[in-house]
Amino acid sequence: MLGLEKKDFTLLLIVAVMVVLAPFVLNPFPEGTAMAQMFNAGYPDLMQRFAIFGILVIGFNILFGLTGYLSFGHAAFLGAGSYAAVWMFKLLGYDIIPAILLSIAVSGLFSLAVGYVSLRRSGIYFSILTLALAQMMFNMAYSVLGNPSSSYNLTNGETGLQVYNSDPQVLLSTTDPNFPHLFGLSMRSETHLLIGNWDFTLNAGYYLSGLFLLLAFYVSIRIFRSPFGLMLRAVKSNQQRLNYTGLNTRPYTLMAFVISGMYAGLAGGLLACMDPLAGAERMHWTASGEIVIMSILGGIGTLIGPILGAGFNEYFKNILSKINDSVLHEWLAFLPDGFEDVMVTLIHPFVGKGWHLTLGLLFMMVIIFLPGGLVEGGQRIGKLFHRKKANTPSDETPTE
Amino acid sequence: MDAIILQILNGLDKGSAYALIALGLTLIFGTLGVVNFAHGALFVIGAFCAVTLNRIFSVSFETIDPTKVDFLGNPATIKTTYLEHWFGVGPAAWMTDWSVPLAILLAIPVMLLVGVIMERGLIKHFYKRPHADQILVTFGLAIVLQEIIKFFYGANPIQTAPPDVFIGTMDLGVWLGFEANAIAYPYWRMVYFLFSTVIIGGVFAFLQFTTFGMVVRAGMADRETVGLLGIDIDKRFTITFAIAATVAGLAGVMYTPITPPTYDIGVELLVLSFVVVVVGGMGSLPGAVLAGFLLGIVESFASMNEVKNILPGIDQIIVYLMAIIVILVRPRGLMGRKGVMED
Repeated sequence: MLGLEKKDFTLLLIVAVMVVLAPFVLNPFPEGTAMAQMFNAGYPDLMQRFAIFGILVIGFNILFGLTGYLSFGHAAFLGAGSYAAVWMFKLLGYDIIPAILLSIAVSGLFSLAVGYVSLRRSGIYFSILTLALAQMMFNMAYSVLGNPSSSYNLTNGETGLQVYNSDPQVLLSTTDPNFPHLFGLSMRSETHLLIGNWDFTLNAGYYLSGLFLLLAFYVSIRIFRSPFGLMLRAVKSNQQRLNYTGLNTRPYTLMAFVISGMYAGLAGGLLACMDPLAGAERMHWTASGEIVIMSILGGIGTLIGPILGAGFNEYFKNILSKINDSVLHEWLAFLPDGFEDVMVTLIHPFVGKGWHLTLGLLFMMVIIFLPGGLVEGGQRIGKLFHRKKANTPSDETPTE
Repeated sequence: MDAIILQILNGLDKGSAYALIALGLTLIFGTLGVVNFAHGALFVIGAFCAVTLNRIFSVSFETIDPTKVDFLGNPATIKTTYLEHWFGVGPAAWMTDWSVPLAILLAIPVMLLVGVIMERGLIKHFYKRPHADQILVTFGLAIVLQEIIKFFYGANPIQTAPPDVFIGTMDLGVWLGFEANAIAYPYWRMVYFLFSTVIIGGVFAFLQFTTFGMVVRAGMADRETVGLLGIDIDKRFTITFAIAATVAGLAGVMYTPITPPTYDIGVELLVLSFVVVVVGGMGSLPGAVLAGFLLGIVESFASMNEVKNILPGIDQIIVYLMAIIVILVRPRGLMGRKGVMED
């Protein structure tokens, strides 16, 4: 189906079902309860982030997972995409089609330039070069191109780029909603589905992102299964040998770099569509680091891993930052009083504002003990239960 | 002329910091073959050693002063720091004043310990893993270390003053025969520059003139052969790692009066230090030092108003531009050796 093998098509179908049902599955607790406030993730803002960061990490995986080139600068392409989309909103109006097209194109161009320079070296050199180039883009967005008093203020610096009433918006008609929209359907519009005590939110922006996620996932499967993907894997396993056979690998790696940059641009454009402003902090190299973290958490070089990793990261970031001392006290109320206080003091540094610490530790644990990420973890657990079955090489076997 | 000298001087102190961090990075890379993304965090740990010592010095206890009462009639209390209690008022004041230089004494054992624990506890297990894994695990460690510091010290910059003697600026111009105030340069920056020269000189002398250093250099050139000669090279490399950590930590200690440290100061410095290492040539210690000072000075020239008027914002990107040019023209960096990271 759709040019996919049966197994891949099943995977695509599973993801599609996940995308469609996410607003229901992620809202397991009835509205108004304490559990719902803590664990329900079925609200549009978070689900949009799941989908958008899923796209971003799928793109990153095409580069890092297939070729083994570890880029530490992908957030810069995300930021460039966001800026491009907001500029389209400012100049043309709130239609998202030109915005997304331009953001993909702009990020593609940027990644072509960055890739051209940094792909001259491999390994550590490549990581450092992408890091430096992305940090240069961040610096320019933050200060040089963002000085409101200068005549080339492209990014509006610290304030962030946003749409003002005085902007031209030449294509804006009076009937259009005053928010990014697709043919008049505002990204913010949502339908509430009340079933019993449950309140499910179906949001236009989320479903659009979900659609793009499916598209991105489909393209990524096709790349993984194509001769081009095979060539990229060959680069990962032994680039030197490829060079000795007289084959120039750089066009292939550059292509992979540009594709993943365009994925990042699409994600950036979508972020701007959900919330029409763009800031330079999106481009900082620690944001690039977070992309790497997400892809490692999920499982690098696998098809489904990036989506899992992005979802896992965003979900736990959200939950951990919500837990505070009073919540902890509530949870640990069954313990004796003195012991409860000790436990709360012990857990305190890891939750609330300290969520970064927990994710950092988790990330280190995954790198050390589970280099294949969640997917490998799932496979190991699966093996425990199905030890007697013949081990057929699974679809998600990491490309080594 | 005086403007040029001033910019060179301005570049020196930043260049010193780059050079010190890049030196440590190169030392680790040359010996262990690991790119240490946690090196910026080591700098931060050093900086917070200075902050910690300052706080330790001001720990005090209260005593009741029987001769005085406060306005409510209660006996007044006096706060005495333990330092005054133990050493007397005069030495205590001197020690508080000199807390930043004294922090070096605290930082050296702390950083050596941190270095040994890091290498033995974590990085040792990653020699056989791909480079990407090494980068990622040290990156994760950097996040963890930073967040621990943030938990204890908060997210705001913490002012730490240099000794009173070094507050203010020196009028270098007069010495060199220019008008007064033509070249004003803060004392502490001069101290920092001299300090870093001493440290860099010390590291080079250690590697060049001691037997230990000779073995380490031999190990950098051919690890396997040195191991075959019956020398426990791993142990020496662990110590080298600890020394590199100490160099970064000391750079951090002395940097606190120049920029009040925050938990994330290392993040920015790390990227620049990587650029320095790449420009200098990976694996080359003199290259790292040279490139550090070079980039510091170039950056300070780029931030002159005369330059900025022609090319606005050049000061923000000049370092990266230099890196790109060097990579395109001399892929091995200024003083890179053949065969390092060529695969």
